[in-house]
Amino acid sequence: MSEQNKAIHEPLLRVVKRSESSMKQKIVVRAAAILLALIVDALFIFFITGLNPLAVYTTMFQGTFSTAMRFSWALRDLASLLLIGIALAPAFKMRFWNTGAEGQVLVGALATAAVMVYYGGKLPNWLLYTVMCAASVLAGALWGFIPAWFKAHFNTNETLFTLMMNYVAIQIVACCVNIWRGQASGLGKLNMKSKAGWFPQVFGQRYNINLIVVVLLVVLMYCYLRYSKQGYEIAVVGESENTARYAGINVGRVIIRTMIISGALCGLTGFLIVGGRDQTISTSTAGGNGFTAIIVAWLAKFNTFTMALISFLLIFLQKGAMEIASAYALNDFASDIIAGIILFFILGSEFFINYRLIIRGSHKEVC
Amino acid sequence: MEYAIELRHITKTFGRVVANHNVSLAVRQGEILSLLGENGSGKTTLMNMISGIYYPDSGEIFVKGKPAEIRSPKDAYALGIGMVHQHFKLIDVFTAVENIALVLDKHEKYDLKAIKARARAICDKYAFDIDLDQKVYEMSVSQKQTLEIVKMLYRGAEILILDEPTAVLTPQETDKLFAVLRNMRADGKSIIIITHKLHEVLSISDRVSILRKGEYAGTVDTDMATEASLTELMVGKKVELNIERPEPVNRHLRLSVHNLSVTNAEGVRVLNNISFEAFSGEILGIAGISGNGQKELLEAIAGLQNVDPDSSVVYFPDDDRDSTAEQLIGKTPKSIRDMGVHLSFVPEDRLGMGLVGSMSMVDNMMLKSYGNGHSIFADRKAPRHLAEEIKESLGVVTPSINTPVSRLSGGNVQKVLVGREIADAPSVLMTAYAVRGLDINTSYTIYHLLNEQKQKGVAIIYVGEDLDVLVDLCDRILVLCDGHNNGIVDGRTTTKEELGLLMTALQENKGGAAR
Repeated sequence: MSEQNKAIHEPLLRVVKRSESSMKQKIVVRAAAILLALIVDALFIFFITGLNPLAVYTTMFQGTFSTAMRFSWALRDLASLLLIGIALAPAFKMRFWNTGAEGQVLVGALATAAVMVYYGGKLPNWLLYTVMCAASVLAGALWGFIPAWFKAHFNTNETLFTLMMNYVAIQIVACCVNIWRGQASGLGKLNMKSKAGWFPQVFGQRYNINLIVVVLLVVLMYCYLRYSKQGYEIAVVGESENTARYAGINVGRVIIRTMIISGALCGLTGFLIVGGRDQTISTSTAGGNGFTAIIVAWLAKFNTFTMALISFLLIFLQKGAMEIASAYALNDFASDIIAGIILFFILGSEFFINYRLIIRGSHKEVC
Repeated sequence: MEYAIELRHITKTFGRVVANHNVSLAVRQGEILSLLGENGSGKTTLMNMISGIYYPDSGEIFVKGKPAEIRSPKDAYALGIGMVHQHFKLIDVFTAVENIALVLDKHEKYDLKAIKARARAICDKYAFDIDLDQKVYEMSVSQKQTLEIVKMLYRGAEILILDEPTAVLTPQETDKLFAVLRNMRADGKSIIIITHKLHEVLSISDRVSILRKGEYAGTVDTDMATEASLTELMVGKKVELNIERPEPVNRHLRLSVHNLSVTNAEGVRVLNNISFEAFSGEILGIAGISGNGQKELLEAIAGLQNVDPDSSVVYFPDDDRDSTAEQLIGKTPKSIRDMGVHLSFVPEDRLGMGLVGSMSMVDNMMLKSYGNGHSIFADRKAPRHLAEEIKESLGVVTPSINTPVSRLSGGNVQKVLVGREIADAPSVLMTAYAVRGLDINTSYTIYHLLNEQKQKGVAIIYVGEDLDVLVDLCDRILVLCDGHNNGIVDGRTTTKEELGLLMTALQENKGGAAR
């Protein structure tokens, strides 16, 4: 044995792919991740902010769970985020990078608001709802169709195209809001007196209709992607356009059709937000959910049920961070770090579900 | 005797899959060792451990008698081990010299002139034929491979590993490569070569080591070996190595191709007035150096390729010549299928065109038939049955029919693809490089399947690269050269030499359909 060869050792840590993880393994890894997150977070809270970690965690929990009302608000916000995630799922499964959900939601919301402004009180309620819904779906579908058409015919870059369509939508909304508010300083709630176009209250809240729709769509979109012929086409096109052509799939048609569906569902979300939640419109109606929803869709690998869980986690952390910030008069950054650490560990645990580490010398695996 | 490199009891597992189990192997100084084994027998995995890409779970590696820990390709370089992979690791927009410069150590000076001079010296020493100032994207596959080898030698490789180097070469290029390898052997280098072609094993190597299902099955001196004995060691049982060629039965016109021309996106005419006829119950071979229009020809017939005006591909369902003949040009794959024409196509790019890698066998079975029926939901019952059937009858090795096909080995991927195409009860079956990269056992399974289809009255178009196989298997062989039909010869009377000549030298009356 020479010294030269001796100097090289087996690597300290090696990453090895797991073939498959059992359910139990997955639960253990994730539980360990959450525990670790809470410990690291506790260190941060204790040493940096000087607060009692347990008290902070309790406050965080209360952000969503302290009262029935808060829980209900959390669900309301979850509905908006999840709806957009569901709308994006088919597009992203097709590897069509639809970064334009924000704009598609906005034009849907704008169409709804326009119907409320111009037809509120002039149409019977059932017809008004129908027209609002149809207008929003059409507007969203159009916003999805335009980049898809260009993609199918000229192979334009859909990421940039859909992204820029957001800004077009924002400007149109800003313009309309300015016209509709007239001399007032802000737009305020539409049809304040007649409440025309406002959703009826179900179980005490107007936005509960949104929740019912989102539950339905979770199931429908799951079945559509998983079991329908169109869902199969989407998967093939997403994987390889060559294979799709070989299989006799009209790739351009599938791209356009799928983006119309994706855009239409975003438009529908706009309708639900205006009719069920805000009763008004502004440039921040979508509130960045169009981008957050991309994370939701990807993390869940387009499984709508998993999406519901991830949306809930994101909303929970968001509410918790806000609650900590106000309860302890912390600045937003500190509370965001606390929430961010938890998210980091949970996402990081996915790595350990697919891979394992081997330490030098031992041939036993460690997590 | 001291070995250049010696492996002792190497084991490597991926999850539950055991790629190598207790493999011991040794290469002498100045010898060429062939590593032989079926697809998925762990050859590449084993070589990747020597070259530092994988790290063994257990076992030891000795280089020149000293124990070595090879943790990265860098460690391998330092020990004088270089590997040429199936997929070249070159930068297209760089010249040959610039690519060689990439392997320099951090402390070496970047001096292109000096590097070029040293590389030139290496090329002269072993008789490599290469232009060092040429950009990689302008090089042929064979030139790229030469560059990879020069790169390794420049880095000081004493032990060279070549993973299926001849799979992409023409017979002439293979001869050239072998000449260079012999020069290197004479200079005391040790070479490990992975190949599936037994006649190459016999002509180039000194010894042959054989892996079977991840385990070491033995080493024999090449002098003592025959194709039959090697196959037996590799498969574990006797295998009949004769390709059958049953006489065509009930032969009648199935496909008439006339004046088929294709101009590609760059405006180059890749197919030039191709005319030929394909008959039922017959295998029509297509020979040619790869990239001479084979891909475009098959894709044009399958409706996947835009063709020039006046091209014609007429399909005849039965003996009746005129009444029900159908023009296939201008139709999409779907409309061809809707006409009731069962045209099966096994494309060259198996996972990029014929199959969806991330999908299971079941979902791949329905690739062409998912649209059947009026329900908006896809039927998965029939595909599941078909997948089970193919797994059973062709012996597809997979953990389950729900495993993504990209996780299967090359041979098994091809079985899935060919199985599906044959299950469609085709009347025309086109295959492109159907046995490329497959081991001898799987290859013979494929030949057998093709003959079976032939006897069922299918018109088979077989694009191949191995001339021995073309001559043994096909009834007639059309030779493509530079996008022209350079003649059609009778498979029973032609020779490899005649084919080789037709492949490389364009005839005067190009396109003239010689029978």
